[in-house]
Amino acid sequence: MKYFLQRIAFYLFTAWAAITLNFFIPRLVPGDPVQSLIAKFRGQLSTEAINSLYVLFGLDDDKGLWAQYIDYWKQLFQGDLGLSFTFFPSPVSQIISDALPWTVLLVGITTVISFLIGTSLGVLAGWRRGSWTDGLLPVTTFFSSVPYFWLGIIAIYLLTGPDSFFPSSGGFDSALIPAWDQYFIPSALQHSLLPALTILISSVSGWILSMRNMMVTVSSEDYITVAHAKGLSERRVAVSYAARNALLPNISGFALSLGFIVGGTLLVEIVFSYPGLGFILLQALGAKDYPLMQGIFLVITISVLVANLVADLAYLLLDPRTRKDG
Amino acid sequence: MTTIPTSSTAQVIPGQGAMAQPESAKPAKAKRRRFLFLRNAKAVIGLVILGLYVLFAIIGPWVTPYDPDARSNDLIQAPSADHWFGTTHLGQDVFSQVLDGTRSVVFVGFLAGTIATVLSVIIGITAGYLGGRTDDTLSALSNVFLVIPAIPLMIIITSILENASNLLIALVIGLTSWSWNARVLRAQTLSLRRRDYIEASRATGEKTWRIVGFELLPNLTAVIASGFIGTVIFAVLSLITLAFIGIVSNAGWNWGTILFWAQGQQALAQGAWWWFVPAGLAIAFLGTALSLINFAIDEFVSPRLRSMGKTKLKTASGGTVRMRIGFTPVLDNSAAPHTHAKPIPINTGGATPVIRETAGS
Amino acid sequence: MEPVLEIRNLNVDYGLGDRAVHAVRDVNLTLHRGEVLGLAGESGSGKSTLAYGLTRLLAPPGVISGGEVIYHPEQGDPYDVLGLSDNALRAFRWAETAIVFQGAMNSLNPVHKISTQLTDVLKAHDPKMSDHSRKARAREMLKLVGISPDRMDAYPHQLSGGMRQRVMIGMALILQPQVVIMDEPTTALDVVMQRQILGQLIELRERLGFSVVFITHDLSLLVEFSNRIAIMYGGRIVEEAPAATIYRDALHPYSRGLLSSFPALRGARRELTGIPGSPPDLAGMPSGCSFHPRCPKAFEPCPTHIPVLGRPGTPDGAARSVACWLHPTEQPVG
Repeated sequence: MKYFLQRIAFYLFTAWAAITLNFFIPRLVPGDPVQSLIAKFRGQLSTEAINSLYVLFGLDDDKGLWAQYIDYWKQLFQGDLGLSFTFFPSPVSQIISDALPWTVLLVGITTVISFLIGTSLGVLAGWRRGSWTDGLLPVTTFFSSVPYFWLGIIAIYLLTGPDSFFPSSGGFDSALIPAWDQYFIPSALQHSLLPALTILISSVSGWILSMRNMMVTVSSEDYITVAHAKGLSERRVAVSYAARNALLPNISGFALSLGFIVGGTLLVEIVFSYPGLGFILLQALGAKDYPLMQGIFLVITISVLVANLVADLAYLLLDPRTRKDG
Repeated sequence: MTTIPTSSTAQVIPGQGAMAQPESAKPAKAKRRRFLFLRNAKAVIGLVILGLYVLFAIIGPWVTPYDPDARSNDLIQAPSADHWFGTTHLGQDVFSQVLDGTRSVVFVGFLAGTIATVLSVIIGITAGYLGGRTDDTLSALSNVFLVIPAIPLMIIITSILENASNLLIALVIGLTSWSWNARVLRAQTLSLRRRDYIEASRATGEKTWRIVGFELLPNLTAVIASGFIGTVIFAVLSLITLAFIGIVSNAGWNWGTILFWAQGQQALAQGAWWWFVPAGLAIAFLGTALSLINFAIDEFVSPRLRSMGKTKLKTASGGTVRMRIGFTPVLDNSAAPHTHAKPIPINTGGATPVIRETAGS
Repeated sequence: MEPVLEIRNLNVDYGLGDRAVHAVRDVNLTLHRGEVLGLAGESGSGKSTLAYGLTRLLAPPGVISGGEVIYHPEQGDPYDVLGLSDNALRAFRWAETAIVFQGAMNSLNPVHKISTQLTDVLKAHDPKMSDHSRKARAREMLKLVGISPDRMDAYPHQLSGGMRQRVMIGMALILQPQVVIMDEPTTALDVVMQRQILGQLIELRERLGFSVVFITHDLSLLVEFSNRIAIMYGGRIVEEAPAATIYRDALHPYSRGLLSSFPALRGARRELTGIPGSPPDLAGMPSGCSFHPRCPKAFEPCPTHIPVLGRPGTPDGAARSVACWLHPTEQPVG
């Protein structure tokens, strides 16, 4: 329990650090970005919006930095992330909450599947060394060196087309209205297949490799020899003794790598014009939509923190040494 | 961005550390071990490919057949003798662009790798060696940087900086990607600090900088090298990502910029595969070469990971058996002695044994 | 006495071909029913390799390059362990020959409860046994080795070193094997705990009647706890005799050196001298008798000719064997 509380404290601290960083980012923008934005949106911005922009960029001179910081937190607690320029006058929180489910479902599910498949293959490769699985390594190395988005582009080129089952872009058939019905869900699934496959292929090799290495390391532990000496079946030794122990560091690795993976998957969304956070981030970048960028960064960071917490919980359940005192 | 750190030395988890420790590197053997490293096929292949990239990074911009920016009338041409990698929508030569772009990629990769490595060495070793409050603070700092998604942060910072130069991009990447290595180095330093020879140096009052410089650092070389290579891979992919989404388009050509233009001009819809494929393969081969070097370092540090040479063995009776854990192969299952030591007959006098021909093993 | 395990010309190598290191060479050794056979030698003498080799548990690149390990079951004909199929070997392991390993601290799987690790052996060897009787049997074994059965649900990290080693001994006896191999079972424990555990083991042996191969570098422990002692050097057995005989009158200069390296707990005091030099590198074994570079009594044949293990011409020669040119042998053993 103590371990768990420590982790929670750490994540709260990290969340605070990320939010504070987020507060300072717009203050780094050189010049007077608000003036240029007002010029860009000639007459479209209300006085209120302009004021909130000044607050955002820290350009309202009447207040000190500390007061600005307090205001920022107040806004945050009201779920107010400002207004987006790109999708003016929609609030940032609205846009993000529309896009977030797409990303969470695509990236979340795919990452978990990739971890499961990669870990299983890694167990095989580490246990049966010298068999065909060793030939898998050069292939996986190559695929893990390819950027996710490039693989996505190639997948679109090779697998999509007028007659193909795979749609080349979007999250669902544009003729449909998002709803939980028998038309929309299959369409959404169909659209998510290729991006999911792209993420899967690029990320799975990392898990194979790290699990293989952990299996090899664990295989020479004394308790594995004991398990063999006990006359246990090959399967029991491999799964319950070797893999079970090798999994622990891999789960920690999983938690720590989430930040890296999310970065890669955002790009896959861009390539497939998938209506998630990555695609929106691209639009925000094009329009210099700082409130939206900030909001996306914040939401991604918080999601990664939550995913880390879940991975920590899994670790807690799997390793008795952290569960009880001692 | 697509790098999942997979090096086994990176798998050091506090409390689990013993699992991936390097098998105690003895300073005296360093020279021989370094020589051994070069006997590893993975290391050689990786270093040769990397060497080619560095060569092209240096000479690339001078030997391009065309000016990478120069337009021509050969619009979107497939690869030919004139244009090895085909041309763009403006008639630019893709081969020249790839060649010219190598320099930025290698420059940013190595500079960012160096920045991150220096930072991680300073932070990781300080935290591991000094311990206590300093360790707590520095560990918390690196964990925060580890968990915050680096790519989105980089994207936002670079976009705010507007028209960042390669130098600035390398700086941003370096400053946001040191945390993983710092963590690994801290764990390694912690375990090294408890070794006898370091304890002995401390006990005899050796100066801290001397212990760190002469006792610790030499033994961390492999870990630092592996971390550096890992960061270079990460930095290369980050640069390409940033270029691909178009926020560093003013920093000259690199492979990401090529992909940005290809994507922007709907190269795929026009069937212009040559616009995408060379740049992507250039990234993949560079990444593979760097990964190979890292695998070699890994195997060098923990020999268990080495692929086993021969795993199928011939037995005396002509069958084959496999080397595997838990079932030692039996090559010859007969009770005939191998080393033919022979008994000597008792000499009744008992003083001098009679020496007979014996075959040593 | 009836034999239970006969090792015949066992050869174990690390690696293959020319680069192979011969860790165990032409070892002949017989374990009799109900006895404690001590196996002593410095580190690198091949004693652990021998123990792992005869059950085929050596990790790569270990290979058994020759020999037989004949096992005599309580009922039925003797058979060669090295010739068993994988499945037969699995069935043989633990049920007939159990091992208590060196470094028992790491012998238990850290992520499973003690009860799981005790019962999975039962499950593997007797799938028909009910869950309930498996648990009961595991509890019984814990009681046997002096651990409260309420520690069944404990994880290894919650037990002390001595308790873990007791668990391992209990686990070794759970299938009532005829042979228990103990590889440096108490090295990691303090002296008091060592004697307590060994005393308990000997008591259990008298009660249950299994044979023990007891491997250690600590000859004084062997003199105290075993019936017969075999001494290994450079992968070979150099002397083998009843424990008291070795203690009183070791013939091989190496055995004498080993004896004078340890203070005996009982018996007359003697001078501690130790052995000059260090154990040989298995990869570059000296020619002839591999002990000759360190031997105070080496003479003409030693550097060139390998002495064979045989009965010495001494009055008690029938009960012992030695491989040394100082003691010409009447007949080879094995």
